[in-house]
Amino acid sequence: MSTPFYVSPQQVMADRAEYARKGVARGRALVVLQYADGIVFVAENPSRALHKVSEIYDRIAFAATGKYNEYENLRIGGTRYADLRGYTYDREDVTAQGLANLYAQTLGTIFSSAAEKPYEVELLVAEVGESGAEDEIYRLPHDGSIIDEHGSVAVGGNAEQIGSYLKQRHRDDMPLGEALRLAVAALGRDSGGGEVRELTADQLEVAVLDRTRPQQRKFKRILGRQLARLLDENPHAPTAPEPSPGSEGDASGGETD
Amino acid sequence: MVGNSHDQGRLPAAFLRPGSSSFFDFLSEIAPERLPGNRMLPPVEGPVQIPHGTTIVAATFSGGVVLAGDRRATMGHQIAQRDVEKVFPADEFSAVGIAGTMGFAIELVKLFQLELEHFEKVEGEVLSLEGKANRLSAMIRGNLGMAMQGLAVVPLFAGYDLDRAKGRIFSYDVTGGRSEELGFAAVGSGSVFARGSLKKLHREDLTEQQTVTAVVQSLYDAADDDSATGGPDLTRRIYPIVTVITEEGFRRLTEAEISEIARSVHEGRLQLPNGPQAPVL
Repeated sequence: MSTPFYVSPQQVMADRAEYARKGVARGRALVVLQYADGIVFVAENPSRALHKVSEIYDRIAFAATGKYNEYENLRIGGTRYADLRGYTYDREDVTAQGLANLYAQTLGTIFSSAAEKPYEVELLVAEVGESGAEDEIYRLPHDGSIIDEHGSVAVGGNAEQIGSYLKQRHRDDMPLGEALRLAVAALGRDSGGGEVRELTADQLEVAVLDRTRPQQRKFKRILGRQLARLLDENPHAPTAPEPSPGSEGDASGGETD
Repeated sequence: MVGNSHDQGRLPAAFLRPGSSSFFDFLSEIAPERLPGNRMLPPVEGPVQIPHGTTIVAATFSGGVVLAGDRRATMGHQIAQRDVEKVFPADEFSAVGIAGTMGFAIELVKLFQLELEHFEKVEGEVLSLEGKANRLSAMIRGNLGMAMQGLAVVPLFAGYDLDRAKGRIFSYDVTGGRSEELGFAAVGSGSVFARGSLKKLHREDLTEQQTVTAVVQSLYDAADDDSATGGPDLTRRIYPIVTVITEEGFRRLTEAEISEIARSVHEGRLQLPNGPQAPVL
């Protein structure tokens, strides 16, 4: 009989989604925050060679968690797309929105194709604008949907807890040092709600899209001494900006501080 | 078309294939017809008038290298454009100046800039200066068919070598043959006169400011004897483009800086029309 072999389409998709989600959750977290002069990317990444955050174009950067070879392929594809588009038309005609759409189509097609395994990745595409209000951040989960984000985003393992920690404390007009320390404090929170890990400069990969940079290419990695200096500026800062009650909506349950 | 790849939905397989970090190679794979060297030229009879760029000069000094070019483009005996720009930054530590068929030259520079930027983004590190010079060589070679039909493009490449801590100059012939020049170099129609001038003026111990002045003098000499090279145009305020590459990176001199140098060179020539004189022995 054929019945034992029948699996409902709902079940197939649910299994694929579950598979991809689990893969992404195994990866270390990554956060993206808007700050006064642009957008900062902070990832927990002890490797110097394998980047989680990269430049795509003048004002556009890419960040991803999950399986390295899969998101690396997508990153290179995005760079080729952006460079070809800029070469064909003009540098101004390369936008994060176009790139995010392309990634969504690609991830969506792979997710629903029975011949391919779903990608175990979650991507972030961000573009820095002339002012904070014009910044764009897109989050692209494994299934090809696009979520338009503002302020702060977390992806990867334990993203929900890190994200809600950030949402309560983040302001768009934070200076870089403060935003960076907040991001590091958020990344150090473990899923069990247990003790907070202290992350040091050599466990972090940090980059910014800085709209005040005079160069056309706004992407810059923050490395070594500069990173250490920003992290040390004021060691009490990460916990200092307590949100005033009710200002950021309801605090999610389970958050203790 | 491929530039609009979102029209086709997902990223085409060629975009996701790992391997090459070269934009030039990528373009020759997916859209070979868009490379300047791959275009078919229609047969024509008699000469065709196309804008040509002329003189580019470069000279090293202890802290880096200066690359400069005049502003004239000619079309036969006519001036096609008097404020054309022929010297461009290639990346943060190098620059390229191009003499020859202007249309192709500008396209080639755009492709070269993108080639370096693309490599940097994909690999996460910059090419060595030799590597950059070799890539330019390959791109010139790709244009050989055009060159044979009279549409040659001849660049001069200068950059600061961070590993060896000095400025270096590379010159090319139309077949992509590359040679490193010591001290100074020039390409384009006025290059003979510019080189002769720099021979007498250039010394390794000159400061950055003095090297810039020597380079402007050599362009003045080129314009003096070559009708296709434009001198500083004081009435229209059109001055040569002068760029300096040092440990700090690429810098293009502002109009204020270059106008001052051009003016003092011009003042000097009012006294000595042939320019500064070197001792005979």
